[in-house]
Amino acid sequence: MTFKLLKRAFNSSSYRSGPQVCIVGAGPAGFYAAMHLTKKLKSVNIDILEKLPVPFGLIRYGVAPDHPEVKNVINQFTKVAQQPNVNFYGNITLGKDVHLHQLRQHYDAVLLSYGAEEDKTLGIENEDATNVIAARRFVGWYNGLPSDKDLKVHFVHVMLTYLAEQQLFLVKEMLPLDVARILLMPIDELKKTDITEHALCALSESKLKEVYLVGRRGPLQVAFTIKELREQLKLKNCRTIWNDKDFIDVDKIVPDLPRPRKRLTELMLKSVNENQALTDDDQTKYFKPVFFRSPNKFLVDNNNHLTGIELTCTKLVGDKLEEQRCVPTGEKDIINCNLAFRSIGYKSVQADKDLILKHGVVENNKGIVEDSAGLGKLYVAGWLGTGPVGVILHTMGNAFQVAKVMLENLSSTDNFNKGGFTEIKKIITENNSNVIDWGGWEKIDKFEKDQGKIKGKPREKVCSVEKMIELAKK
Amino acid sequence: MLRNLLKSVTTRNLRCSIKNNGITSNFINQRSIAPLSTTELALKEEKVKVTFVLYDGKKLETEAKVGDTLLDVVVNNDLNIEGYGACEGTLTCSTCHVVLKKEDYDRLPEEACDEERDMLDLAYGLTDTSRLGCQITLTKDLDGLEVKVPETINDARS
Repeated sequence: MTFKLLKRAFNSSSYRSGPQVCIVGAGPAGFYAAMHLTKKLKSVNIDILEKLPVPFGLIRYGVAPDHPEVKNVINQFTKVAQQPNVNFYGNITLGKDVHLHQLRQHYDAVLLSYGAEEDKTLGIENEDATNVIAARRFVGWYNGLPSDKDLKVHFVHVMLTYLAEQQLFLVKEMLPLDVARILLMPIDELKKTDITEHALCALSESKLKEVYLVGRRGPLQVAFTIKELREQLKLKNCRTIWNDKDFIDVDKIVPDLPRPRKRLTELMLKSVNENQALTDDDQTKYFKPVFFRSPNKFLVDNNNHLTGIELTCTKLVGDKLEEQRCVPTGEKDIINCNLAFRSIGYKSVQADKDLILKHGVVENNKGIVEDSAGLGKLYVAGWLGTGPVGVILHTMGNAFQVAKVMLENLSSTDNFNKGGFTEIKKIITENNSNVIDWGGWEKIDKFEKDQGKIKGKPREKVCSVEKMIELAKK
Repeated sequence: MLRNLLKSVTTRNLRCSIKNNGITSNFINQRSIAPLSTTELALKEEKVKVTFVLYDGKKLETEAKVGDTLLDVVVNNDLNIEGYGACEGTLTCSTCHVVLKKEDYDRLPEEACDEERDMLDLAYGLTDTSRLGCQITLTKDLDGLEVKVPETINDARS
């Protein structure tokens, strides 16, 4: 830290003449954009603002706890943050502590990369029933997201259902299988991960026996990746039961599929055929993918507790696989269950009144949102601009692309005189005296790792914002 | 460095022996068969030339140690390939995607295991001769190897 300060003091004169860039949201999109900008433009100064006191967004709060390897990218992001011309400022909320027009006034460029945090709803009857839960919130709950730590999940009953929207040939979020895996995984394996203590306690008391995964379309349209499916199929004490009827004629189409879809479908077919050979005991849990079903309404008892889901059966019509449409057949089906997770996608929130969102994303042209004279140019990257699709790699590609456009624009002028965070700080500190810098995060990080060590896990996350601030300010 | 190498060789063998219990092991992975020879070669610190050709045609030529993976080469030589190796060689991303010439692809001593193929399936610009750089271990035979690094732009999405 001292070294960084010295380095900054030493270099500060040269940075004053460079462009001031503000990035809102310290997730992968923001960090990848910062990585590209600092690599190509030495004179740039980047301030990354984040709503939470801690960085890394969905890497910290979205990636499943049993996937620590995926989080290794944090090391690359940390290197970016430790550069003298990159600053992290946590616990700052856009639209509350500071407004977009103020950021644009004091920065040469503002990049919004605050993701998509709201989940889409089905809009069907009884969706407000107890134990109908947004999968995104459940993930936040087991990963220690402060706003989800108090989520009420009742594991008292034995059945569960999952609703997954499927989009044709598109890599979508991996949530459904992540959640199913966490629910079905032996608790001894979960213990070794950085899953939060409250989630571990609740899950260890769960008597859950079966998880259904319900999808509107068929096996050829599944949205999970082959990696997730392979893990699911390998879970200890868990048997996957497919509905053979869903796979009629699928094998005939396989040879003509592009490689990724082909390998994924082959893995499912292999599992369908293997099913019979397994023997069960009372420890066995069941994972049951159900295709061609669209949720019609949730069924509840007198206390508004979930008892089941009424589904409409569907079929695909059309000759070409890519152009098939999903239509109801008129038949109905009921799954009895006491807990349901909804995972049909997310949308972004309107963080600032000046921001216009359409269909849950900020409209943009190659990342450029708006360019009005006198104000810093406005850009968007990551899920806020693309919608919630793809894995980290896709966010990386998009962030580099947008950063490239930013570079072109920033390089076309050398007249930089914006005040940057010096000015913004004056505005923020009027109502918020708890801005957390990188040094503050390092203290939280160390505390979490120390707590984890005691319990034999990589870290025990601090789940309250107040506690985070207290640790950072020590 | 040597310790690191030994460590990486061991973990890789472990990883593949675990992962080979996979549900669709429709080919045999060679990796677990010849780990010692790699270590022996590394002891002699033999060097080979490797060239990374970036999507814009720019060439990064470098000298690398036998026994290192292509990801090691990028990291150890601080090669300027953005975002390369996000998961640090743990087979959970595809940011170290490289495209080989057909003849090089065919002479690699180890075929891609299921888990590597799973990650490659998510990569942009997947080809029949695509591999992950973290899974290609350099041998003396591979001296002069030239690989392409595809662009990570999201043209695969609509």
